[in-house]
Formats: sequence, C-alpha cells, structure tokens
Amino acid sequence: MSTLSRDEVAHVAMLARIQLSDDELDHLAGQLDQIVEFVAGVGEIAADDIPPMSHPLPLSNVTRPDEVRPSLTAEQALSGAPASELQRFEVPRILDQD
Amino acid sequence: MTDITRLTAAEIADRLTRKEISSVEATQAHLDRIAAVDGDVHAFLHIDSEGALAAAREVDDRRSKGEALSPLAGVPIAVKDVVATQGQPTTAGSKILEGWIPPYDATLVSRLRAAGLPILGKTNMDEFAMGSSTEHSAYGPSHNPWDLERIPGGSGGGSAAAVAAYEAPLAIGTDTGGSIRQPAAVTGTVGAKPTYGGVSRYGLIALASSLDQAGPCTRSVLDAALLHEVIGGHDPMDSTSIDAPVPPVIAAARKADIKGLRIGIVKEISGEGFQPGVQQRFEESVQLLVDRGAEVVEVSCPTFKQGLAAYYLILPSEASSNLAKFDAMRYGLRVSPEGVDSPSAEQVMAASRDAGFGDEVKRRIILGTYALSSGYYDAYYGQAQKVRTLIARDFAAAFEKADVLVSPTAPTTAFKLGDKLDDPMAMYLNDVATIPANLAGIPGLSLPSGLADEDALPAGFQILAPATRDDLMYGVGAALEAALFEKWGGPLTPPELTSATAEPTAKEALR
Repeated sequence: MSTLSRDEVAHVAMLARIQLSDDELDHLAGQLDQIVEFVAGVGEIAADDIPPMSHPLPLSNVTRPDEVRPSLTAEQALSGAPASELQRFEVPRILDQD
Repeated sequence: MTDITRLTAAEIADRLTRKEISSVEATQAHLDRIAAVDGDVHAFLHIDSEGALAAAREVDDRRSKGEALSPLAGVPIAVKDVVATQGQPTTAGSKILEGWIPPYDATLVSRLRAAGLPILGKTNMDEFAMGSSTEHSAYGPSHNPWDLERIPGGSGGGSAAAVAAYEAPLAIGTDTGGSIRQPAAVTGTVGAKPTYGGVSRYGLIALASSLDQAGPCTRSVLDAALLHEVIGGHDPMDSTSIDAPVPPVIAAARKADIKGLRIGIVKEISGEGFQPGVQQRFEESVQLLVDRGAEVVEVSCPTFKQGLAAYYLILPSEASSNLAKFDAMRYGLRVSPEGVDSPSAEQVMAASRDAGFGDEVKRRIILGTYALSSGYYDAYYGQAQKVRTLIARDFAAAFEKADVLVSPTAPTTAFKLGDKLDDPMAMYLNDVATIPANLAGIPGLSLPSGLADEDALPAGFQILAPATRDDLMYGVGAALEAALFEKWGGPLTPPELTSATAEPTAKEALR
C-alpha cells in the first residue's frame, strides 16, 4: 500500500475544501501517513466473497402522504445564515469573473 | 434532608410524585451545583437557567392539577451539544457553529420536553464527537470530577462529567464508537448505547450516520432504563428508526434476574493490553455474576482485531460526507481568505473550513476524502465494509453460545489531560472494546466495576446484547450493580469538589 505524501495530503485537502497552511500540512501529513498505514490492515482478512455491510439494519425508503404540512418559515430557515438578502441566502460569487 | 443533587433520577422522581419536593427545587438545586463546581469541571457549554426553571414550574403546575405525568416528569437533564435544541445554542463543540441557534428540536429533545424534563443546558464534547477525551472541544476540555487533571473520556465527556459531579442526575450522550460508554467508564457513571435505530437520530448533527446512536448517561442502571423509555421508539422523521416498540428495559432493570443466563467473555477485548487494575475489577464483577447464578463461557471474536482499523475508515468516510454541509453558505462561520479581492464561494468555503474546524476534524475529513477517492475506494472503504460483515458474523456466532457478552469498557482508567493529545493513534486505541458494537449496531451498557488499585480511578464493565435485546443488558447491569452496591455499601462517590479544588491559573493552563 502506498504511503501518503505531503503533496497528496495537500491535494486531498483541496478536494475536501479545506485550505491548509504550510505548518498544518507538515503536521498533518506525518500523522495521516501513520493512520493510513494502520487502517490499511483491513485489506489483510477480507476476502472477495464477503459481502460488504454498509449499515447494521436493512434499509427501506420511507415516504409520507403527499400532504401540505407546516414547515420552517423563510425567516427561521435564514436565521443562521452568515448573510441574507430579500429572503434568500446571500453567497459569494460562484462563477469566475472573466 | 439529603441534598437533592445526590439523589438518583428515580429517587428524585419518587419524591416529586409524593410531593415532598417540587421540580423547581430539584432544578434550582442542580443549577446551584453547576454554579458552584462547573468553573472547575467545565461540563457545560451553555446553561439555560431560565428555560429549565420555566419547564420546572410548568410541570409542578400540571402535577398540582392532578394531571397524569411521565415517570421522569420534573427531573432535570443535561443534553450533549451535538443535539439540536430550538432556541438554544448548539455547536457540536466546534467553532464553525459558534452561536448557531437551531430553529427546531431534535426528536429526542421534543420527547424530553413532552415528558416534562427541564433541560439544564448543553454539555461539552469533542468537536463533532471526534475524540476520546473531550480535549478536542473548541471551547476547552472538560475535567474528570475524580481528578480534575484527568480526561473525562470522550466524546461525551461533558455529559459524563456533569452526571459524575452531581450537576445533573441525567444527561443525553451520543455513541458512534463508544462516546457514551467510555466516558461513563472513566467517570464512574452508567452509560447506555441502545440498539442502532432504537432512538431517533433526527436533529442530531451527524458524525457517521451508520454508527451514531443517542442514549442515556446516568448514575444508575435503572435511571438509564427510565430515560431510555422516554427517548426511545419509532420516529417517522428518521428513516433508520426501528418501527417496533421499545424493549421492556425498565421492567428488566427492576427485575434484575440472571439465574441461568449465559455470560460470554470475549477473549479479544479483555486480558492482554488492559490495565491490570481494570482487568482485576472486571474479573471480580464476572465472579459476582456467577455467584448470583449466571454461567460463564469464553467466546472468540477473531475479527475484532481489525474492527478498529475498519472503524477508522468507515467513520472518517461518512464524516467527510456529513461535514460537507458546513460550507459557510447557509449557516455557521464565514471567513474570507486574506488578500483576495472578491473571493469565490469556493475560496470562502476553504478558508472558513480551515478556520472553523480543529485539527482532529481536519485529520478525519482528509482521511475520509482520501479513502473514498477514486482508486482507493475498494482498497479502503470497500474492505472496511467487508470487515464489518465479518464482525457482525463474529457477534452472531458469539450470541449462539452466550446470551450477553462482557468486557472491560475501556483498556485503562482516565489518563491525564494532554497525555495523548498529539498522538491520534494512541487516542484511537481507547475505543477498542466499544467499537465492535457500533459496527454491528448492537446495544451496549457500561457501569462502574470499582476503582483500579494502581490509581484509585473508576473502571468500567461493558455488557453487550443482541440487536433489539436492550432489556437483556439492563437486566444484567442491574443485577451486577446491586451485587456491587452490596459489596461497597452504596454507589461509588467521587471526592468532594469545591470551587477551591483547582487554582485558577492551573485551570486556565489546562484549557
């Protein structure tokens, strides 16, 4: 199993949308490498014919009657928002400027 | 008259029913206790005196009118800060949610309110329930009432410490890999993780959805069963909630009959690697159960050795997905990156998540993202899910031979604050005995088995039962508790805390 390099940690952090400082990267990369080495032990015993278990209970879809019910008001839904305008979430730009 | 805060929830409920005390008195007594000792213990992140007293007055009023009330009506409770409480701050121990006030209640909170339990406040925890010591809280660690320089366990260290320090007779915890049971073990309290799906997860800030389970933190097995019945049961708001009645846990805790019951000692989670004093108290407890008519069998669950590795893949994988919602757009912290004009949503997201998440959360999100990424999925997450199947099979085979399984709850007593903070692997090993139950979804209970000889700190005894047979573990727990109380002449009592126990300077240095 390959080990986790500092560059890979930086790449994965970017995928997870976490901007890390150089110090944080130095610190985390070593620890993560050690953890990855440990968890890779799962590959040692699980054979191909064993079905994976994603969940302890059999899952089934749960539906409810299609009826109008009370819900949060717009004010309640926006109550924790960092910024809002005209009863909407206000967010930074999502498209490139050019 | 006995100090109200020293009573169990069942004793308080009894006095309330007989109108010897009022809920306002019971609630005020605990608020006074919090005011006196929480500066040292730091079990609470938020205290709601006004709300708790208002709820207490309401229940007193209903009682005076002769209304039929729930068995725990009027008994105050503390709630782990990962559970949404309408109108009260809910942070999950994280800076990213600092000041967030949910516009709704978790189902279990609605049930507590409907049953008339005044909510004293929200308890401290490792950030997003990631940790085994409550040192990963963004708001500073909680302290173990048995020794303020030691950890109260994690992630529910605040709930366990509040109960151990007599700040609350009852508390709510959540258990993803042992976060109710391990803190109970190291604080000398009782903690129960119900069968997965036995208590609704609606309104719990999810860590790992296939493992998380809320449950009771108390000072007696009967109290845990009483609280279990209040919060348990089917909830249409949670698609993973079991659609069946709550097992008869109160009746089991009251009956406590273990004659002829087969107790299985799991070889892989006791003995080697466990602190001698913890192991010794465990063996004595097993003997007490035998003296009362139980049979002992040894069982082997060989895959448990890989359980820890599987858990530390499954948890971060699910957590990386669950925590994606903290994106600085709809709620929580929003931070703009330095030196960027008109930053994009993506840049704001990355800067906010760096500023808002602590080290342990970042470690696990990155690990989870890596384990789920293309090319690694089969080697890590896929394999971990197969190990999970094998662990479930190990349990099924063990429950053919034994009615319940037992082990020490945690390998050691409480370690010192700071001792394992920079060594994630050492911290993870603390959960070795509790994790298999979460992977398989079965219920588990921890109760105090005494103090270890080496350090005079509490050791925990764990009882595991088959899925939906929570009543079995309460029955065995109550029988052992009765036998231990007989031996000790009463419950374990931590040393008295006074506001002078820790010098302010020392205390600040630990936070």
